[in-house]
Amino acid sequence: MDAMSLLTVFVLAVFVGFEVVSKVSSTLHTPLMSGANAIHGIVLVGAIIVAGQAEEPLVLIVALIAVLLATVNLVGGFVVTDRMLHMFSGRKAPAKADARADAQPVAKGAAK
Amino acid sequence: MSLLTPEWTAGLYLFAAVCFILALKGLSSPKTARRGNLLGAFGALVALVTVFLSMRVDNLPWILGTIAVGSAIAVPVSRRVQMTQMPQLVALFNGVGGAAAALVALLELQHSSEWWSALAIAFTILVGSVSFAGSCVTFAKLQELMTTRPVTFPGLPVAMGLVVLGALAAAAWLVMSGSFVAALVLMALGLVVGVLLVLPVGGADVPIVISLLNAFTGLTVAASGLVLGNVLLLVAGTLVGASGTILTREMARAMGRSVGGIMFGAFKGGSTAGSTTQSDRPVRSASAEDVAILLGYAQRVIVVPGYGLAVAQAQHTMAELASALEAKGIEVSFAIHPVAGRMPGHMNVLLAEANVPTESLREMDAINPEFKNADVALVVGANDVVNPAAKTTPGSPIYGMPILDVAAAKQVVFLKRSMRPGFAGIENELLFEPQTTLLFGDAKDSLTKVLGAVKAL
Repeated sequence: MDAMSLLTVFVLAVFVGFEVVSKVSSTLHTPLMSGANAIHGIVLVGAIIVAGQAEEPLVLIVALIAVLLATVNLVGGFVVTDRMLHMFSGRKAPAKADARADAQPVAKGAAK
Repeated sequence: MSLLTPEWTAGLYLFAAVCFILALKGLSSPKTARRGNLLGAFGALVALVTVFLSMRVDNLPWILGTIAVGSAIAVPVSRRVQMTQMPQLVALFNGVGGAAAALVALLELQHSSEWWSALAIAFTILVGSVSFAGSCVTFAKLQELMTTRPVTFPGLPVAMGLVVLGALAAAAWLVMSGSFVAALVLMALGLVVGVLLVLPVGGADVPIVISLLNAFTGLTVAASGLVLGNVLLLVAGTLVGASGTILTREMARAMGRSVGGIMFGAFKGGSTAGSTTQSDRPVRSASAEDVAILLGYAQRVIVVPGYGLAVAQAQHTMAELASALEAKGIEVSFAIHPVAGRMPGHMNVLLAEANVPTESLREMDAINPEFKNADVALVVGANDVVNPAAKTTPGSPIYGMPILDVAAAKQVVFLKRSMRPGFAGIENELLFEPQTTLLFGDAKDSLTKVLGAVKAL
């Protein structure tokens, strides 16, 4: 794609980005930041492209490091955001019993 | 062996980009947030399948293996992390994303021929490194691996100026020569800029820095999209860059600060250093039973939760105490400061985890006029967000930040670990006021004792 078309896409995306999050209550700032954080993990696609074209071992190693880091960003970002949002929606009737069961967050995370 | 035609590839990337836009849109509203996030994940999956089908990918076992390893690291960590440690985890994920983009750009240097592509490579390497190093320092601050106070030294502005100039020179050298050495120099200088940028930021401002670095990484990914001629990376990165910028501004506004003031405030002088000394002025402390009596005979109680509540994992005990008080016919609401905790909205996440009904959580503007009708304001592990210095002391680092108007309540009870000043390191005058009572101890222990005493009333 030529430079001008890419520039066009860039400018339009800036406006879309401004527009979609213009009014967000502070309640959702954390999940939104975390979700946006996960989205830029899509740089994994770029890392795969580079790794897929690598011919020298050194290039491949650096590219694989990029793949690893991007995977952590992408996968971890979406999982952690989902966990956060699960807590907003997961409000069940027996609140107290639940609260005690949740007292060990580590065990809870593993159990899920 | 590309199974997809370029048209199909472009179409699927477009589909993924639309998923990302809808994901961000969904995340902006409580009802659709979870669906939004899942949609984003789905879009990412489609994009990943597309890239494997659209081109000849060598080293396939290596790549798939590395992705498996990355997922095997990321999933358990994300599942097990405690909600209190969420901010540092987000910072870390953000940092590795920036690093990945910088490495991609570094490797693309050999394929770049046009000047604008070299320019995008220089941008990606520089900003990606800044984002990575900055995120690491942020992580260290939040994890308290290093001091949470602003770190400054004489000559910091000069050092920063020189490093930035050096980085720009290296970038220019890179664009003109396409030299690999220039790229490495640029990367090293970017790392130094990242460290110097975040070191002088005080603990209370760290959330805004995470958000800003998040926007930086977004722009880095967009630039790497330019380098690779990949529209999806361009769109996704730009979306995050733009929305991250807005989000950063919103957060800064909630704290009554300007983004520039936060990032460069410490350069102007040591004013954000705060106090490190404990005061030995007299305060009134009380036992858990005294606090229980205060609460048990009140009509309206407003709880102000802060990071201390989160650290002590006391949100469940707090929720139980609130229901015990409500069972006695006492009206309990929670006053949520926009930046309570260590990330905006952090407190909402924690209290939602403890099943506190959303209706009890009140935002600052809604609850502030009600403090004057409250019998007791119970401040649990919060400090800076109720510190009147934000209104009265122009020299204070938190001056101008909107605060919860706790002082208007008839009685103020602070549950505190010690007299140590808060995250921002500023002494709180409210602790010495006559209507204030302090209960020292770990928030969870104190709340458990108070809860027992309230039940015994």
